[in-house]
Amino acid sequence: MVDSGPIVSLLDVRRDYSLGAERVHALQGVSLDVERGDYVAIVGPSGCGKSTLLNLIGVIDQPSSGTVTIAEKRVDGMSDREATSFRLHNIGFVFQRFYLMPILSALENVALPMAEAKLRREERDARAAELLAYVGLSSRERHRPSELSGGEQQRVAIARALANHPALLLADEPTGELDARTGTEIISLFQRLNSDGTTIVVVTHDEDLAKAARHNVHMRDGRIVAA
Amino acid sequence: MRAALAQASLIRHRARTMLAVLGVAVATAMLLDMVMLATGMRESFRELLLSQGYDVRLAPKGTLPFDTDATIPGVSGITKVLRTNPDIREISPVLGGSIHIAVWARDVSSAVLGVDPIVQGDYEFLSGRDITTPDAIVANDYLLKKLGARFGDTLNVAAGYDPQTRTYSGQRKLVLTGEARFIYGATEQSAAAVRRETLEALGGGARRDRASLFMVRVRKGANPDRVRDWIATQISTVTAISVATAIAEVDQRLSYFRQLAFILGAVSLFVGFLLVTTLVTVSVNERAGEIAVMRAIGLSRAHVVQQIVIEGVAISLVGAIIGLALGLITARYLNSILSAFPGLPMAIDFFLFQPRAAWSALGLLVGSGIVAGIYPAWRAASLPIAESLRREAIA
Repeated sequence: MVDSGPIVSLLDVRRDYSLGAERVHALQGVSLDVERGDYVAIVGPSGCGKSTLLNLIGVIDQPSSGTVTIAEKRVDGMSDREATSFRLHNIGFVFQRFYLMPILSALENVALPMAEAKLRREERDARAAELLAYVGLSSRERHRPSELSGGEQQRVAIARALANHPALLLADEPTGELDARTGTEIISLFQRLNSDGTTIVVVTHDEDLAKAARHNVHMRDGRIVAA
Repeated sequence: MRAALAQASLIRHRARTMLAVLGVAVATAMLLDMVMLATGMRESFRELLLSQGYDVRLAPKGTLPFDTDATIPGVSGITKVLRTNPDIREISPVLGGSIHIAVWARDVSSAVLGVDPIVQGDYEFLSGRDITTPDAIVANDYLLKKLGARFGDTLNVAAGYDPQTRTYSGQRKLVLTGEARFIYGATEQSAAAVRRETLEALGGGARRDRASLFMVRVRKGANPDRVRDWIATQISTVTAISVATAIAEVDQRLSYFRQLAFILGAVSLFVGFLLVTTLVTVSVNERAGEIAVMRAIGLSRAHVVQQIVIEGVAISLVGAIIGLALGLITARYLNSILSAFPGLPMAIDFFLFQPRAAWSALGLLVGSGIVAGIYPAWRAASLPIAESLRREAIA
C-alpha cells in the first residue's frame, strides 16, 4: 500500500484534566495535519498545551474528544496494549532529560526497544551499532550514560528513538538540557535526519531549533494560533 | 533484558538492597528454625522409637513408659501370653530403677536398667564385655567418669542408700565389664545396665517378676496396631502403645510447641513480605519517570511487571539462601542449649533439619517475594505515562 495523506491528523481535539479542584482545558479544539517527511516545531509559552499535543500525537495520552490519526490509523480510544504496540513500531520519542537506563551501555540502550520488538540479538546489536554510528557515537558503544556528556546522551536517546524504524520522531525540548554548542549539534542532527526522510515533530522554546524546522506551529491557551 | 534491568535497579542502591536482603535472611532463618522446631521433636522422637526396631511398648496400665515408678507384675505370665501370638517375634521386658555405688567415701547414684542382653533395645554396646553373667554391669561414659573405674573393677552396688546414716541396703558386688550408650538416656545422666534378674535380686522380693516396660518386636509384614489391639484384649494390666500411638501422644503434648512455631514462622514470613514490598514500592516511586519513559518508548506493561516482580524475587531468593545457612547455624546453637535440658533423652533433637522443610521455607519465601512484587509492579504498570512525565518535568 502506498502511504498518502498526512502522517499526523488531528481533528477538533480537546484534552481536559483535573488539577486538584480545578478543571484544566489543556487543548481546546486543535486541528493539525503533518505531512510525511515534514519537520514541524510546536512553539508557544509555557502551559499553552504544546507537550499535551505532543503526548496525544505520541499516543501516550488520549484526547477528551476529537480524533487523532497517525499513519492512517485512528489512535484515539486505543487500548493500552494496542497503544503500546503502536508506539513501539511507529513512534520514536526523545525527551529533554534523555532518560537512558543508567546501568545499560549506549548500545544496550539503543537495542532496548528492538528487544521488546523481539528482534534477534545479532540483528538488534548490528542495528544499534549502525544507529550509533549515524549519530556519531561509534566509539562510545560500550559506555554507560554516566560516562557520556549531555550531548552524547541525547544523541544516544535519538538513536534509541530510531531503533524500530518509526514513521514519526517526536521530541520534547530536546535541547532544553544542553549548552548552546551541544544544542547546535543536536539541531544539525535533526536536520540531517529530516533530510534523510524522517518526519519530525518537536516541542521547543529554543528559537534556533524552531528556525531549523520546515514549519512552525504557534500555540496559545490550548489553541493553534498560527501554522 | 528484563532480568538485567531488574538487576540494574537493585545494584543502583546497593546499601538499601543489602539491608533488605539481610532482613529477608533473618526472617528466613527464623522461618526455617520455626519449621524445624515444629516438626523436629516429633520426627526425632519417631526416629528414636524406631531406631531399635521395637514396634509396641507395654507400660503399666494408664501410664506412658517410665512416666512413673509403677511396674507391671507377672512378667513370666505376660511373656507366655505374648508368645502365643505368631505376629510377635521378640519380647524384651525392662525393669527400671536406681542404684547407689560406694566409691571410697563417696556415694554415686545412677539410673539402672534390668534387661535381657540378647533382646534388649535400650542401649548400644560400645566396648568391653556385655552383661553376659549375673554379676556384670555396664555403664555409660558419664557414670564411668564419675566412678573413675576401669573394666574389671568390682563395684559395691546397692539398691538403697540412707544419707543420714550413710548406710546402704541390698548391697551386692558387681563387676564393671563394659561401656554402653543408652539410647533413651539424657545428657549428663549416669546410666547403667544389669541383667533383669540381677536388678530383681538387688531390690529384694518386692520387684521379683516385675517390669517397668515390655518392648515387643512384631514379625515383618505384621500390623503393629493390630498386635497392640490384641494385647489390649489379652492383658488387662498393661497399656499397649504402638509407635504410631506414641507419636500421636507426643504430638498432643507438643501441640503448643507447634502452634507457637507456626505463629512465629508466619510472623517472620509476613515481616519478610512487608520488607520486600516496601523496598520495591520505594524503588518504583523513585523511578516513576524512568518507568513512564520505558512505557513511552513501547515497553509493555507485562515487561514492567516482570521486571519489578523479578526484583522482589531476587531479593527474596538471595535473602532466603543466606537465611537457610543462618537458620541452620542458629538451629544448631539453640539445639545444643535445649538438648542439655535435664531429663531429656540426648538423642532427641528440637531442631531437626529436613530437606523438605528447607525447600518448603525456600518455596514460601520465593512465593512471598512474587506476591510482594505484585503490588508495586501493578502500581508501576498502572502509572499514567503522560501524567508521570509531566510530574517528572515539574519535579
